[in-house]
Amino acid sequence: MTAFAIRLPFDPLTGEDGGPMAWLKDRLAGRAKTDGRGADAELVARLRAGDEQAFMELVESLGPSMLRIARMHVRDRATAEEVVQETWLAVLNGLDRFEGRSSLRTWIFRILTNRAKTRGERDGRVVPFSAVINADAASGEGPSVDPDRFFPADHPKYPYGWAAPPVAWTQERVLERETLEVLKEAISRLPDSQREVIRLRDVEGWSAEEVADALEISDVNQRVLLHRARSKVRAALEAYLDPTPEAA
Amino acid sequence: MTGPSVPLSCRELVELVTDYLEGALPADEQARFQAHLEACDPCVGYIEQIRLTVTAAGRVEEADLDPASREALLAEFRGWKRG
Repeated sequence: MTAFAIRLPFDPLTGEDGGPMAWLKDRLAGRAKTDGRGADAELVARLRAGDEQAFMELVESLGPSMLRIARMHVRDRATAEEVVQETWLAVLNGLDRFEGRSSLRTWIFRILTNRAKTRGERDGRVVPFSAVINADAASGEGPSVDPDRFFPADHPKYPYGWAAPPVAWTQERVLERETLEVLKEAISRLPDSQREVIRLRDVEGWSAEEVADALEISDVNQRVLLHRARSKVRAALEAYLDPTPEAA
Repeated sequence: MTGPSVPLSCRELVELVTDYLEGALPADEQARFQAHLEACDPCVGYIEQIRLTVTAAGRVEEADLDPASREALLAEFRGWKRG
């Protein structure tokens, strides 16, 4: 029998399809294009020159994530706001020391995380966020897909194969406003650590390394949390788009 | 080339999708994963749904910074500029 090579819609690992999917493959594989070194150098030069517009663009793009991450380490929102303000001042005062070894974003979030942790400890927050997030990743959770969707282990032909396979979605339908609302809602219901990882990775397009670095978690835990988050959000979209997948 | 020894089931595959997409599977696991996909349209369909989930997440707008924070940071920048 001839072995047929089934053409996948895309190959996430080899990046064989260089077409419009290329950006997505990068994104899926955590190689999202972030500001390149050249762009960072230019931005740093503009900041040093006192360019308000450059500063405010950076503040708009990083501010919401900075506030969320600071908030995970400290006890209330007002304290998180203070930490973010202190961080920006430290960033501005430290621009001359930024050497471009990491991305500007990574450097800023390192300063933020250090300050937020210090502040959290000083205020007597007992359990550091990294401990919470690591415990979350280590704790057992249910399977990614409802086990009822699969045949039992003793099925003669397809042990643990799909009994109710996923239905094909159209991109148009998935990107409709209502569907995006369902997705947002699903993300908001996730445990803190999963929510933060999927927001940074998939909503904001950060790389795996950047997320692990900013949240001070291991690569493995970053993947575990991302997996749980994506699985749950997919299931929520499915419940909305095809409420009753039919058994094969 | 030696074929993957134990075939992967669909139920196992869905637990490995993220490791696969992140390029984190060991070579032999990756071979099992790919061998399964080549023979299983429903699992290809599942990965396609994950792909669309990620695409859709990228379209979600993050909340804007509130005006008070923006003003405070702008004032901070102006203060820093003055030295």
